[in-house]
Amino acid sequence: MQSTYQSWGSFPKVSQRIRPIRWGKKPISLPEPSDTVLPHGLGRSYGDVCLNDGGILLTTRSINRFIEFDIDEGVLRCEAGVSLAEILELCVPQGWFLPVTPGTQFVTIGGAIANDVHGKNHHCAGTFGRHVLQFELLRSDGERLLCTPTSNEQYYAATIGGLGLTGLITWAEIKLKRIHHRAMQAESIQFSELDEFFELSQQSDQYYDYTVAWIDCNSQALGRGIFFRGNHVAPDEIPNDWNLPRLNRLPPLLRTMPINLPGFVLNRWTISTFNSLYYKKQRQKIVSKLVDYEPFFYPLDAILEWKQLYGKNGFLQYQFVIPDNDHRMIKEILQTIGASGLGSFLAVLKTFGELASPGMLSFPRPGVTLALDFPIKGAVTFELLERLDEKVREVGGAVYPCKDARLSARHFQAYYPQWTEFAQYVDPRFSSSLWRRVT
Amino acid sequence: MRKILIIGATSAIAQETAKLFAQEQDALFLVGRDAEKLEAVAADLKVRGAHKVAYSCLDLNEVQQHQAVLDEAYKSLDGLDTVLIAYGSLDDQKACEQDSAKAEQALRTNFLSVVSLLTPIANRLERQRYGCIAVISSVAGDRGRQSNYVYGAAKGGLSLFLQGLRNRLQSANVCVLTIKPGFVDTPMTANLKKGALWAKPQTVARGIFRAISRRRNVVYLPWFWWLIMLIIRLIPEPIFKRMKL
Repeated sequence: MQSTYQSWGSFPKVSQRIRPIRWGKKPISLPEPSDTVLPHGLGRSYGDVCLNDGGILLTTRSINRFIEFDIDEGVLRCEAGVSLAEILELCVPQGWFLPVTPGTQFVTIGGAIANDVHGKNHHCAGTFGRHVLQFELLRSDGERLLCTPTSNEQYYAATIGGLGLTGLITWAEIKLKRIHHRAMQAESIQFSELDEFFELSQQSDQYYDYTVAWIDCNSQALGRGIFFRGNHVAPDEIPNDWNLPRLNRLPPLLRTMPINLPGFVLNRWTISTFNSLYYKKQRQKIVSKLVDYEPFFYPLDAILEWKQLYGKNGFLQYQFVIPDNDHRMIKEILQTIGASGLGSFLAVLKTFGELASPGMLSFPRPGVTLALDFPIKGAVTFELLERLDEKVREVGGAVYPCKDARLSARHFQAYYPQWTEFAQYVDPRFSSSLWRRVT
Repeated sequence: MRKILIIGATSAIAQETAKLFAQEQDALFLVGRDAEKLEAVAADLKVRGAHKVAYSCLDLNEVQQHQAVLDEAYKSLDGLDTVLIAYGSLDDQKACEQDSAKAEQALRTNFLSVVSLLTPIANRLERQRYGCIAVISSVAGDRGRQSNYVYGAAKGGLSLFLQGLRNRLQSANVCVLTIKPGFVDTPMTANLKKGALWAKPQTVARGIFRAISRRRNVVYLPWFWWLIMLIIRLIPEPIFKRMKL
């Protein structure tokens, strides 16, 4: 079956065939000897890490069954195609929450492991991979490896953050986090410059499980933004009456954004106006309130197909991490982006903690990470990102493959020198568009 | 808590419907062909909140085994108030045209074996004077078309059978629901080209769940198939026979 599967950024455009995986216990029926396969969950990766041009996608959304849930211990075992949204729907009423969650709940647990995703609590919980107790890896030769930190530990390490290349994860078991209620105690604080962000970050990381900031990459007031921090409510703060809106329920037509906006709608002027309004929307310096976990963690999920804001050309998301011992480089990068006028709204800034991931090829490392979208405006966009790659490399940082669609092999290999060791564990029949580009 | 028997429980539509039952903490008994698949579905439903899940393995073409598996279900559930029959096979029309044995097999699976199940089930529910029988038929049974009239004949026969059964069981307070899904994106239709009319199994499942709760008679899922089939049924035969549908 030919398909129109795309990644979230709608770039690059590729052509591939689909093999749905329906039952985790059945063998993968492998196609022609020359074809390669790649597991594909909900396709929320931005670039081509979830694409396999000319090859085959093993779609995993049909293996979406729970296997076992230990409500006392908070240990959940489920098939790899279960989405984080489905896990939350099951677990939150029972007083459990995802140990780590990215900015959308519409990813599968297999994808969360393969990209070793992180969230607003990286400074205290590390990556998703740290909370994966075990999983089964199905290799193309039919072998099934039970991977834990102590058995098949090399495959365990290679598969966490392994970009789906080491085989098909059929099921996984994770340790959840105890919560007392679905509400969050959330605070947002305006800051006017980058140093203030670092100060807030340092103060908050100790007392708040979740911290993240939005910064304006476009205005003259470079480095202004809003710092968000929060905790799940403590037992003594549980609200009596909880009827606050969950996701902002837009009318369905708006929620699904049925059409691509024409490219000219997003330009320097509209984006900087949006950013200004977003910044000024908050009147006071600090706003503190109880909010539901959904808008707190997943503000963009309210608009299901928000990617279409960027038109049919698609967009690139760029996320990197650099050590934050001095703030010179992050400022320099922000200035470069600001001067180019190519960046989009909502650049997201966060400090990563020291907790190491078990993943061999994982992206997060101690330092500061910035993520932002670039609508594709032709070669200038690619040239700018190439310049940023260079700066990131200079200070020993890395770019996030999960969001990438254009990184050069030279840069990838500089960011991830362990890739040669990792390559030993790649399944000979598995490949991806990204992997062929960077190796 | 309802006591629900699902026959053909590993089909995509049945699985999605069963999840909705599980959330209501209903007790479930699953029948299907493949033990590994049934085990996976049963574990999932248990985690999702089903009061109890048991299953039994059977190729439903083996009609002589039907009574035994129904007895097992009654015993396991300690009664029965809802039955969902959700299996079928979409056979290759061209192959059925060439080989009457294939056509016969299609009629067996999609019609005769269902009748074999419905007969004892109906008698039981009629005696107890409550319950609901929901059966997945198809829009293909509403009018014979060259592209799938063997499958259509089986489903059309089934729809007619259910209509009569509904009439008979009305006085016994037993509801008989005929479910007519349009195109659904499931393994059964994996090899067909998909277009705008295709629905997700989840959508169809929600429709089935609602229809059972409201004790409806016939539902088209999604609803717009009611309109499409109305138009298709209204086309006069002299014109219809010339159409390529």
